[in-house]
Amino acid sequence: MSGRECDVLVVGAGPAGIAAACRAAECGRSVLLADENPACGGQIWRADRSSAATPAAAEWLARLAASGVEILPGAAAFEADADAGVLRFEHQFETVEVHCRRLVLATGARELFLPFPGWTLPGVIGAGGLQALVKGGFPVAGRRVVVAGSGPLLLAAAGLLGLHGAKMLGVYEQTSFANLARFSLQLWTFPKKLLEAIRLAMAARGVHLRSGWWVASAGGTNARLEWVKLTDGWRQTKVECDLLACGYGLRPNTELAQFIGCRMSAGAVAVDEFQNTSVDGVLAAGEVTGIGGAELSLEEGSVAGYAAADEPDRARAHFAARARYQGFAAALERAFTLRQELKSAVTAETIVCRCEDVTAGQLGEFKSWKEAKLGSRCGMGACQGKTCGPAAEFLYGWGAGSVRPPVTPVRVGTLAGESDPR
Amino acid sequence: MSETVRIVLNGDEREVPAEATLAAALLGLGLMRFRNSVQGEPRAPLCGMGACQECRVTVDGRMHVRSCMTPCREGLRVETDQP
Amino acid sequence: MVGSWCLHGVGTVDSRCFCGRAVPVVRANFDVVIAGAGIVGAACALELTRAGLSVAIADPAFPGAGATAAGMGHVVVMQDSEPQFRLTSWSRRLWQALAPELPAEAEYSPCGTLWVAADEEELAAARRLRDDASARGLSAELLDPAGLAEAEPQLRPGLSGGLLIPQDAVVYAPAVARWMIRSAVAQGAVFRPGVAVDSMRDGRAKLSDWTAWSAGALINAAGMGAARLTRGLPIQPRKGHLVITDRAPGFLHHQVVELGYTKSVQALTSDSVAFNLSPRPTGQVLIGSSRQSGVDTEAVDRPILEAMLRRAFSFMPALRELSAIRCWTGLRAATPDKLPLIGPHPELAGVWIAAGHEGLGITTALGTARLLAAQLTGRVPEIPAEPYLPARQTVMGRELNHE
Repeated sequence: MSGRECDVLVVGAGPAGIAAACRAAECGRSVLLADENPACGGQIWRADRSSAATPAAAEWLARLAASGVEILPGAAAFEADADAGVLRFEHQFETVEVHCRRLVLATGARELFLPFPGWTLPGVIGAGGLQALVKGGFPVAGRRVVVAGSGPLLLAAAGLLGLHGAKMLGVYEQTSFANLARFSLQLWTFPKKLLEAIRLAMAARGVHLRSGWWVASAGGTNARLEWVKLTDGWRQTKVECDLLACGYGLRPNTELAQFIGCRMSAGAVAVDEFQNTSVDGVLAAGEVTGIGGAELSLEEGSVAGYAAADEPDRARAHFAARARYQGFAAALERAFTLRQELKSAVTAETIVCRCEDVTAGQLGEFKSWKEAKLGSRCGMGACQGKTCGPAAEFLYGWGAGSVRPPVTPVRVGTLAGESDPR
Repeated sequence: MSETVRIVLNGDEREVPAEATLAAALLGLGLMRFRNSVQGEPRAPLCGMGACQECRVTVDGRMHVRSCMTPCREGLRVETDQP
Repeated sequence: MVGSWCLHGVGTVDSRCFCGRAVPVVRANFDVVIAGAGIVGAACALELTRAGLSVAIADPAFPGAGATAAGMGHVVVMQDSEPQFRLTSWSRRLWQALAPELPAEAEYSPCGTLWVAADEEELAAARRLRDDASARGLSAELLDPAGLAEAEPQLRPGLSGGLLIPQDAVVYAPAVARWMIRSAVAQGAVFRPGVAVDSMRDGRAKLSDWTAWSAGALINAAGMGAARLTRGLPIQPRKGHLVITDRAPGFLHHQVVELGYTKSVQALTSDSVAFNLSPRPTGQVLIGSSRQSGVDTEAVDRPILEAMLRRAFSFMPALRELSAIRCWTGLRAATPDKLPLIGPHPELAGVWIAAGHEGLGITTALGTARLLAAQLTGRVPEIPAEPYLPARQTVMGRELNHE
């Protein structure tokens, strides 16, 4: 096991984490920025070899490179002792223990996946998921793609896919046209967001966008996706395709914060005006405190970075911008609320827990997440409930349980604090 | 720096982009069965960011490695179709 | 409308309210009331229902939510003492007889137990155990290092041998508890989940939702909660840790335990770890075991966890490379003489105890239910009940305090 020490440890190298790390370093603190991905940028700033980074990403990544922050990519946090100021990571299959005086959690968000018949077929991927894979080098030129689900991420994904030569067959957004129109009008008050939307719309031009539609089922022979059936509640349409990029919005990655004991609020980490969580010495910033987009993450990250460096005045300078972008976050939530009809796509045979192949029919008899876990092993598999937990919460209203170590699966040897002998 | 690297996929040598993630590279090779579900059904990447665990493959003899979080490297040995 | 609730009467004993309306009978009178639907309580509910008694059972959560869910699920014959041997071997036979009835999710797997001898001294102990087993008619096979390696290839070389008990099994106990409750209810038992028994004495069990049940026999099968429900029961927590891995089919074939395990169980006051693995039919491996006396916190204790895992690696090095999905703790309900409490309370009339099973709750659940049923119905039990009676001297060294 190897050890490191720093003043400020930032977990998560997306916009919030990068901002927090840079600001803390600006103030002269020793900073370590860790992320389980092999490169920095998180999801939204994930590097794409085929195109240049957005101006904001380029600017911040350059700032990070010049900041003196020690970067630890490929490091997955799996355990923490907040009282002792210690976090444990699995890095290249060995244990790395980091001692810090302040901890900033910028663990971001993941997509919400809702089950429907056929969603486990190879070829059914998240919208952000397919975006990540394409940026990671998956060639999609010429492949027929349907994008579905909910949220601005759909357009972003569609734009990227189009740029990479995919044959875009349509974007199906579950929220109503009215909600979408209202949201679009509100973008006037967020110039940066409006510009981004225009850019996305241009990238996705020619792509058929329908609102008020969602996935009813997916299917194919030869154990791969061949078609998707979409519905608006009355009509149904069948689209033959190679890939379905489907995600129903984002959910904060709160597991590490929950493990540490941070108080939650509305499914996200609760923070005060300086981004402090309920646990002493632990701050949180970005999507993990509530979904709100990259600009909000940057402001929150800046506040957290300065606060972690004990510079409250510098932190305060970002309060106004943060408040503005919080307005955007609220608009986002209102516009893309998930409709109840999405539940009707699920049949008794539909798998809800992918890791353990537990179907909706098997879950009917349970009244709580814990009971379902023990009675059916739903949520007891490798994903530790990260996929099925939020789905079950939407479908059945079950609250999640406590988070146990390891926060992410690790080698048994790593759990024991060992180094990889190889 | 070369544009591609060679990996060994289920015993066969294949060329993949040098800076790709393993999951992206495998999908690019046309692989649709990364692992088997409990019931033996084929599974492939879903979330693309390390949360869903559906992209797990055996890398250099070590089981249950998330291919979406693994960069391609010269000489990487990959086995798929495991649980 | 017949069957609907009348505004005046709720839960009346006869089926009519004073206004003349028919109301559903909410039954409050039973032969037996059981507190706790863990594997022991559920087994009692099923056994007593099948014996023709009217049974009501309550649990603050749902079936198998406590120690039942935390354990490895082993059904193992132990030879530490004659009473322990009798109870575990009889109970194991009952599991074998029940197995064909169990649903698929119970995952009953007769994989056997392999006791591993790390050195010559332990091998000599294994030989003695084999001789004892033979004398008792228990099937057991001594293995030399070659036999050991063949039985479990992942064990490190250099071990002295082992003792294989082929008919031991593993089972997924929460599913069994659920099935037992379902079966009992199908035959007329009443089950109230989400409701705790707050007190039981003088033929009455008061429930946490302000209702009450009366019964000739009140059974305390409340696991770690048993000592709260019936004051003075000599039950102390012994905390254990477990880790479960991702699927590694073919990695482990039997339940594997080091012969030093019994030393871990004997130590009453100190913390200890022992090498103990259990295979799930899915290919997942359960890694244990640890014991801490007098600790009842739920959090994982890092030093204990690390010691436990390192001990496991010293027997099976490749364990390190498996993927650990989850780590958790559980509390075993332990008595001073390491035998469970099965039988009537020495002072409280009509109160019966089925608790204090330490790490053998799943193994001995069926035997416990049978012993209790025999005592309740006045029949001769299939094994002598004396060693497990709550009134026994070894356990009643101190005064009972009761309300």
